[in-house]
Amino acid sequence: MIPTGSPHSQVPGSSPHSQARDGSRAAVGPRDGSRAGVGPSTGSESDTAHHRNPTPYSQGESSASATRITPGNALRPEDIALAAAAGTAKPSEGVAEYALRLGDDALILAQRLGHWISRGPELEEDVALGNIALDQLGHARSFLSYAGAAWGKTEDDLAYYRSESEFRSAHLFEQPNGDFAATIARQFIAASYQYPLYRELSGSSDPMLAAIAAKAVKEVDYHLDHSTQWVLRLGGGTEESRRRMIAGLENMWPYVGELFEDDPLAAHVGDAVVVPTSLKDEFDRATGAVLAQAELEVPAHPMATGGGRRGRHSEHLGYLLAEMQVLAREFPGASW
Amino acid sequence: MANEQQLQDAAGEANFATVIAKDSRIEPKDWMPGDYRHALVRQMSQHAHSEIIGMQPEVNWITRAPSLKRKAILMAKVQDEAGHGLYLYSATETLGTTRDTMTEQLLAGKARYSSIFNYPAVSWADMGAIGWMVDGAAITNQVPLCRASYGPYARAMVRICKEESFHQRQGFEILLELSHGTPAQKAMAQDAVNRWYAPSLMMFGPPDSDSPNSGKSMAWNIKRFSNDELRSRFVGMLAEQVKVLELDLPDPEVRFNEDAGKWEHGPLDWEEFKEVLAGRGPCNTQRMERRRAAHDDGAWVREAAAAYAAKQSAAHETAARKAA
Ligand SMILES: [Fe+2]
Ligand SMILES: [Fe+2]
Repeated sequence: MIPTGSPHSQVPGSSPHSQARDGSRAAVGPRDGSRAGVGPSTGSESDTAHHRNPTPYSQGESSASATRITPGNALRPEDIALAAAAGTAKPSEGVAEYALRLGDDALILAQRLGHWISRGPELEEDVALGNIALDQLGHARSFLSYAGAAWGKTEDDLAYYRSESEFRSAHLFEQPNGDFAATIARQFIAASYQYPLYRELSGSSDPMLAAIAAKAVKEVDYHLDHSTQWVLRLGGGTEESRRRMIAGLENMWPYVGELFEDDPLAAHVGDAVVVPTSLKDEFDRATGAVLAQAELEVPAHPMATGGGRRGRHSEHLGYLLAEMQVLAREFPGASW
Repeated sequence: MANEQQLQDAAGEANFATVIAKDSRIEPKDWMPGDYRHALVRQMSQHAHSEIIGMQPEVNWITRAPSLKRKAILMAKVQDEAGHGLYLYSATETLGTTRDTMTEQLLAGKARYSSIFNYPAVSWADMGAIGWMVDGAAITNQVPLCRASYGPYARAMVRICKEESFHQRQGFEILLELSHGTPAQKAMAQDAVNRWYAPSLMMFGPPDSDSPNSGKSMAWNIKRFSNDELRSRFVGMLAEQVKVLELDLPDPEVRFNEDAGKWEHGPLDWEEFKEVLAGRGPCNTQRMERRRAAHDDGAWVREAAAAYAAKQSAAHETAARKAA
């Protein structure tokens, strides 16, 4: 169907498409004079300058574009969907329910973070937050594709055609972006939770959960570093940034509690999943250390009543879903 | 002292002439005429601003993308554009103009960006049309710039063109999917092509008969082909690829002129082009407002980062002094 031959008749580009990036990237920081990795050579040397790392999110020619497929990149969401369709990846009901939770967390967070692109305090942050959003979206697609295999549903069936009460995300992830400090506070909590969670889950007795988590933990490692650096900068920057960082933490901290609540699912599924309470000590220690370094207090607010894992959400999720789902629902059954 | 300077300038000027004559590269530390530097800063910063402002129409659809795969591809694309902007700002900084200065010029309305981004992206099909036509026109423009005489610009273009071709392919695929979808989807695709066609042709700038800056740019090996030559090439590409899409171009006069050996198109509304350029396009105010808001809202963050970095380096110095 796609003609080849004359140069004019070729379809654009030359490689298969797909969102796929390898996990490698240089750390992205603010513009404080240390942007060594960004930009072409300033010297008068040879044409090799463009082989340097030109943008903050890629390293080397093999990952030149965020939109380029990386051959051999293991376990893309598409691979999981294929395995699900072929019947070679079918989670138990309990594992599927668990994957749905983690997938929803990541999806809602990606949706929130995506809003920052073109609105960041600097271009470097447009790239960094975009990067994190993309990683989260990738994790969401993997978890949802796998969960859907239990019920004959695709990632898109689950993302676009469930109602609010069918979402299993925790309240933290649906909290509005607020200012940059609030987003960083949410991000700091999210990454401090997801990092040990995925690390432990990579030892799951369910091979697919283990594989998804093993890939995700490398990316969340960077998310944790990114948010930690910003907590330190904002906490120790100016009076205003400190005031905003404190407010951001206070606004987000009530949603920590829900992340570590156990319910019958964990006991029921056994060693395929990570028991939420088992992660709480590490979370407290790690976040406490960073906040202490930034000379910030761990907020003492009472924890909010959660309920996300049972489909009870805050006032915010409905709007988020309305926006996310509107186009897909306008054309039910269409392919894109 | 003055004599020595004059001698150096004379040697530099000779070197510049030789480099241009040999179609070789000028590098940041080389002598270059003031006009050359000025023209490059203008063109490169305008290009960088276009990458950044150009994110906005597409960002408009990230949260509503109709499938998770398309959402991921779109997010990655827009993020690529931010990277292009960063890369181009850095390349321009090698000419002695800082990114902060360029940003000020943009926000003050003194610097331009590509007019095409002053049109609204009102449907999902616009994500396809922008990728296929706008990124497509950008590639047509930029491939010859990979041989531009200024080294950092040429190298930036090599890198950027690779990514733009992915963007164009992805845009094409969005349209292909829509045009082979439901009748409503196909209509959406056709509508987007109708709206983006003329503005994308006008991305190459005014007709050669009305393009005052082109001559010098050509003599300096920055520009290689005239606006009309590039436009004709682009129309040819659209004319062939639109058949695969099973859509139509909204221009019955598109044809290959055998005698002239080039593609031709119908008349373009250059009055509209001038209006948009003068700030009276559909989204000029909105685009600038958004850029300004992001800049202003982020001021306290940039200040905090700078203050923190200063405190850190002061602390390091104190520690180093104590150790010594
Ligand atoms: Fe670009
Ligand atoms: Fe592009």
